[in-house]
Amino acid sequence: MRRLSIARREALTDLWLAGPATTVMLLFVFVPVVIVAVLSFTDYQFGAGSFAWIGLDNYARLFGSTLGQRAIANTLTYVAIVIPLSVGFGLAVALGLHRMMAWAPWLSHTLRTIYFLPVAATLVAMSVAWQMVLHPSLGVVNQTLASLGGTPQDWLSDRGLVLYTLAAIGIWQTVGYNMVLFLAGLVAIPPELYDAADVDGAGHGWSRFSTVTWPMLGPTTLFVLVVTATNAFRVFETVATLTRGGPAFASDTLVYALYREGFVYFKAGYASAITMVFFAFLLVLTLAQFRIVEKRVHYR
Amino acid sequence: MTRSPVLELRGLSRRFGQTAVLDDIDITVPEGSFTALLGASGCGKSTTLRIMAGLDRPTSGRVLLHGEDVAGKTAHERNVAMVFQSYALYPHLTVFQNMALPLTMRHLSSLGRMPLVGRLVPGSRVARNLIEKKVSEAADVLGLTDLLDRKPSSLSGGQKQRVALGRAMVRDPVLFLLDEPLSNLDARLRVKMRAELVALHRRTGKAFVYVTHDQSEAMAMADQIVVMIGGKVAQSGAPRDLYGRPASMGVATFIGHNAINLFLPDDGLHGLHPAADRAVIGLRPEHLSPAANGALEARLETAEYLGSEIILGLRCESGTEIRAIASGDYPIPAPGSAIRLGFEPGQLHLFDRQSGKRIEVTS
Repeated sequence: MRRLSIARREALTDLWLAGPATTVMLLFVFVPVVIVAVLSFTDYQFGAGSFAWIGLDNYARLFGSTLGQRAIANTLTYVAIVIPLSVGFGLAVALGLHRMMAWAPWLSHTLRTIYFLPVAATLVAMSVAWQMVLHPSLGVVNQTLASLGGTPQDWLSDRGLVLYTLAAIGIWQTVGYNMVLFLAGLVAIPPELYDAADVDGAGHGWSRFSTVTWPMLGPTTLFVLVVTATNAFRVFETVATLTRGGPAFASDTLVYALYREGFVYFKAGYASAITMVFFAFLLVLTLAQFRIVEKRVHYR
Repeated sequence: MTRSPVLELRGLSRRFGQTAVLDDIDITVPEGSFTALLGASGCGKSTTLRIMAGLDRPTSGRVLLHGEDVAGKTAHERNVAMVFQSYALYPHLTVFQNMALPLTMRHLSSLGRMPLVGRLVPGSRVARNLIEKKVSEAADVLGLTDLLDRKPSSLSGGQKQRVALGRAMVRDPVLFLLDEPLSNLDARLRVKMRAELVALHRRTGKAFVYVTHDQSEAMAMADQIVVMIGGKVAQSGAPRDLYGRPASMGVATFIGHNAINLFLPDDGLHGLHPAADRAVIGLRPEHLSPAANGALEARLETAEYLGSEIILGLRCESGTEIRAIASGDYPIPAPGSAIRLGFEPGQLHLFDRQSGKRIEVTS
């Protein structure tokens, strides 16, 4: 038997290593995406025997109807609130706990666990707890408000308030995750840089943060931003369990609308169009973050 | 010549929990001197430097800068400059910004440091011009002018080292502290940077404190060497004093390119000195060479020919290993042959058996 050349054999090894995963990716990710993209131009309904090509009608309906516009606007508002606050609080908590390690390591570890609990817990189960906490008459929040002399609010059934309540829960849920990522980033900063900053007169407060901590956390921050944005865009569990998009679609979001249209009304064509829009938003956001931020965080 | 001290450490101790890293240290750094803190790793020399810089606080004892206690002052307030082993350059700033940072922190308010708004702050223009002038002067001296717009990640080790030096220079510090600044460079560059450092020291006229574990670096550059062993100052003085009159066996083994020969009383070489039956005798290889009527006899085991000299490895009757140095033209006899070795009595060192302290030779 003739032996293959070394280059051939190495190429075969590469194929053998990367091939199976690539095949599975193509089969279960790219092919479905293509199918969804095709479906979004039809009026197909689940279970129906036939469908008709309707061009961009589904997209026109999503962007043209009040309902569609509201779902998009709600999602963007939610994302715009959750990203900065979740990243900001995550960083603040990480900085605090990192410094606390120096004088109270035990307390720092305990608080770290507590902050991480919402991440580890199932959001659906947590939603039940939130429903109790936010209950208009029995909830802890309103009772505390009343005892302090404030006006109790209908946190989940007030149309002007419900989206912000959901955003607050979203922040509560992701701060712990961002904190853990930032803590890992903080540990990786070489201590000599802080020493150098000390000697150079940038060793305290804001100048220490802006000279060493923040620039050195650049790559971490980029990653945290991408992950938080992706998760915020996908907001679903809280909407589904606490409000079902209500009251009067005041908390309807893209993914919840997608679920309702696709799995409640079985409008596969329309749901596919929503999926494509959702996908496009994510892609643009992620690409923009990489393009803008990546150049500025790796310092070459 | 009496030079007033820039920095003094008085009765300084530092403990981390139960372990004492520094134990009652006294060091004086005279104005304009080049002081080397020399010791093996873990001897406390880096901790000493950090305490001098104000990055670490002593457990007890005093740090005096120009005679004034600076215990409560931060590193920046002491106006000392420090060069780190890992360079510690800010990766997101250009070479210019790295070198300018100590000055921007001093001359510009936090608003004036802002990228665009800063230009509008009154007085910032003058400060910016001053900073630019000082940085370009330092860059000129260090040969960094062409690199000012680069980021540290695109620089070689030697260039990074120069930037770190530049950052220390621009601020006109009262004292330069250098923590093994050459140890990350390759051997050839290290020797070159040695000369540059000495030149820089002359140029600035400021006191340098230089931490190293390499005795040849310390000998080559310093005018004062402080040998630290186990968190204590074993001896401090001029390189010549340390080499010629080491205060203890520890210092004698640390200083000198070739490891010193130490003969214990049990080795039975009583012919070397009248006190040889009570004390340890130290004799450097470079002071011990083949001589027809020498006092010592040993058998040749190895010979390393280095061109200008030959390092001989020998063994005495009693089994003690000896190293001696012969000149380059010495005809090397066959291994195993007996060679007589001679030395000048003045080059012999005596150390106490128990304490390891030097005993003055009276003869």
